[in-house]
Amino acid sequence: MVVYLDLLSQPCRAVYILLTCTKIPHKVHAVALRKGEHRTPEFTNMNLMQKVPVLVDSGFILTESDAILKYLATQYDVPEHWYPRQPQQRARVDEYTAWHHTNTRAHAAKVFILEVLLPRHMGSAVDKVALNNALSNLKNTLDKLETMFLRRQPFLCGDDITVADLLAICELMQPLGAGRDILKDHPQLQRWRSRVQSAVGKSFDEAHAVLYALRDRRQAKM
Amino acid sequence: MKLRCLCVLPGEHFGEEFGKINLMRKVPALRDGDFYLAESIAIMIYLAEKFETPDFWYPTDIRQRARVNEYLSWQHQGIRTHSSKVFWLRVMIPMVMGVEVPKEKMDAALEDLNSSLKLIEEKFLDDRPFIAGDQVSLADIVAIVEIMQPVGSGLDVFQGRLKLSAWRDRVQAAIGKELFDEAHQAILGAQENVKLLDPTVLQASKSKILRYFM
Repeated sequence: MVVYLDLLSQPCRAVYILLTCTKIPHKVHAVALRKGEHRTPEFTNMNLMQKVPVLVDSGFILTESDAILKYLATQYDVPEHWYPRQPQQRARVDEYTAWHHTNTRAHAAKVFILEVLLPRHMGSAVDKVALNNALSNLKNTLDKLETMFLRRQPFLCGDDITVADLLAICELMQPLGAGRDILKDHPQLQRWRSRVQSAVGKSFDEAHAVLYALRDRRQAKM
Repeated sequence: MKLRCLCVLPGEHFGEEFGKINLMRKVPALRDGDFYLAESIAIMIYLAEKFETPDFWYPTDIRQRARVNEYLSWQHQGIRTHSSKVFWLRVMIPMVMGVEVPKEKMDAALEDLNSSLKLIEEKFLDDRPFIAGDQVSLADIVAIVEIMQPVGSGLDVFQGRLKLSAWRDRVQAAIGKELFDEAHQAILGAQENVKLLDPTVLQASKSKILRYFM
């Protein structure tokens, strides 16, 4: 099984963490988005959408981290808590992973795009108005994560870590690439982040090494 | 299982009773005894499992299921965002809120929608009768309803798209024309029905709506 990943991409990290901490046998084929490696004819042939992650398992090609994580959790012998079989517990995970796209992912990614990607590509300064807007939307999302999902549970969907926590944490880590810890004023979410880090062990920092390096390079320049 | 119809525009979803069912204050929402669930995707999957619907709706075969999940995941930002936007720009904002939509905003939204429809035809349908293969699945239902949204705004997205039209006919046949028409009655009558709406209902959210869509 091969996964095509760029660890600067949040959904790629979620897939990487699951594969690594559950020890599912796999090969990683690195795709450098910043070099346009997702736009080559070979890559496009495999994935018309020109996005990562992509999973290729004995000829079966699958895109979308949401679907990939659920595929891995059901196809391979991993602890059931990652994607519970009990319908109501599973529904909680499906509920989060659906909500995730237009909430956590949309708003956290926007902050990183405005602070790092756009200025880098356009050679321009950060659009402060847009950034403030994005931070306000993100704050809203963080409040909802605390009040609607986490509430008094250890993890987003219940007592155990699930693929939902991986998707969420990787998005929430992304603004760190610009040196911004968006959980700084959210102790409840910080405690959740620590629990996630403990649950996945060293695969967390391994997955985030590229992001940490970006943060360190930017800090060194300032 | 009982179906309760709510009217979103007058704000029924902000009432106290609905808040107990769905903290997110959105529809659809499901209550099964003490179990509450939001998000249409999660609800559909839960119902398919609970009522042991025919396998093709959400296949037990892991790879076929992954194909369905792949579409259900992509579609949030891949099509829903664009098809909703077109509906708001063509109907809600000009007709209900009385705000003119700049041509370049409309053109950009239409371009995004067209790109999405192209991807649906080329990647998600390709040479298959349905998204997941030979049989209809949840993916096709979720797809068709999003594509019908701009149709409700008077935009015939099926025109000139033979593959998409043929797929729509197959989905309609699989669901049953009567049910398909019943489900789409409100959206297809939208341009007429919105004229009956009290424009002040959206007044409170006006700046938020305009900032989001324009």
